Amino acid sequence: MAHDHDHDDPHEHGSELSEMQLRVRALETVLAEKGYIDPAALDLIVEEFETRIGPHNGARVVAKAWADPAFKHALIEDATKAVRSLGLINRVGDHLIAVENTPKLHNVIVCTLCSCYPWEVLGLPPVWYKAAPYRSRAVNDPRGVLADFGLKLPADTQIRVWDSTAETRFIVLPMRPQGTEGWSEEKLATLVTRDCMIGTGLPRNSAEAA
Amino acid sequence: MDGIHDMGGMHGFGKVEPELNEPVFHAAWEGRCLALNRAMGVIGAWTIDEGRSGIEELPPQVYLAHSYYGKWALRLEKMIISRGLAGADEIAAGHALHPAKSMKRKLGVADVPGTLTRGSFGRQPPAPARFKVGERVRTKVIHPATHTRLPRYTRGRVGTIEALRGCHVFPDTSAIGAGENPQWLYTVVFEGRELWGENTDPTLTVSIDAFEPYLDAA
Repeated sequence: MAHDHDHDDPHEHGSELSEMQLRVRALETVLAEKGYIDPAALDLIVEEFETRIGPHNGARVVAKAWADPAFKHALIEDATKAVRSLGLINRVGDHLIAVENTPKLHNVIVCTLCSCYPWEVLGLPPVWYKAAPYRSRAVNDPRGVLADFGLKLPADTQIRVWDSTAETRFIVLPMRPQGTEGWSEEKLATLVTRDCMIGTGLPRNSAEAA
Repeated sequence: MDGIHDMGGMHGFGKVEPELNEPVFHAAWEGRCLALNRAMGVIGAWTIDEGRSGIEELPPQVYLAHSYYGKWALRLEKMIISRGLAGADEIAAGHALHPAKSMKRKLGVADVPGTLTRGSFGRQPPAPARFKVGERVRTKVIHPATHTRLPRYTRGRVGTIEALRGCHVFPDTSAIGAGENPQWLYTVVFEGRELWGENTDPTLTVSIDAFEPYLDAA
């Protein structure tokens, strides 16, 4: 399972690759010939996901919350409304919820049933988020899962796992790294990783700033 | 349904293996497959719940043997055939052989930006919410053979209502074409020990977002 997406090695899953290529091409041709879909619209959907929808959007949201206490308050109250108000992202669906890490509490997001993920702010989920090891273990062995990411938290930190079982979507608001006083939002955003907004990582420290 | 998709708490799948600098898609067909599925959803071929159910109904051995977008391709094939949108003969031939079914809309290039917003699933409540924040609830022991969003590991467990999330489309009925049937949605939080037993990490709590029909007063 672990390497089921490792298409860099043509020998490993070449059979699925070529089979799926042909299958998906056949499906697209049939659906286009029948007039249900327009291949040019598909091109645009793919382009949007490859270029415009990604964790850089979430990083701006987190950086703004670190820099602006009023925005942070609004984000925790109603993340959908707060993120829309930024105008950075014009495509925020309803039911976005921001959950805040504190020195005593660490939040982790998972979808045990499928792959629910706040893609308006984080982009499409990584392969590991959708795969069996993470989905099975995040809810009963979160510290073990965090160790797989090289993250060890103090033994007395409360761990809260949010299983995304409905159309609500969660984003973690990590703690602002020390030594970043007076930084601009743009500079703060360079510390915000995708994984720290899922809860499987921490932000970069100030010495690692881009 | 008690399918292989309901993975919370299962053992034996091994370590999580993060991939450094992971690309958005690992092959071009993955992007086409995602876009095709989204486009068919937008034109009203099926609801999000019917689509999820389509993945869950793949046999366990097929589910585990295919990559994420591989499962999406199999689901797409199955859904378009079962809804009479295309025939298995056409997919095998790689070309349309029969007239198309008429759909409410077609997805053109100009419609794409609007369709990239996730839908809204909030609905007018048919009745006041039954539970309040802070109340103790027990999840029902249910094993429907059709789609549900109450994971197995949380059934028959006592938790606390932490938040009301509004009234939403009910996946259990939406997935089987039985209507939106809006229901109140709650964040219910459980102690790790309530879910996994007394040797569980005492710092662990787990929450789900649970629809009101899943819950009884505890």
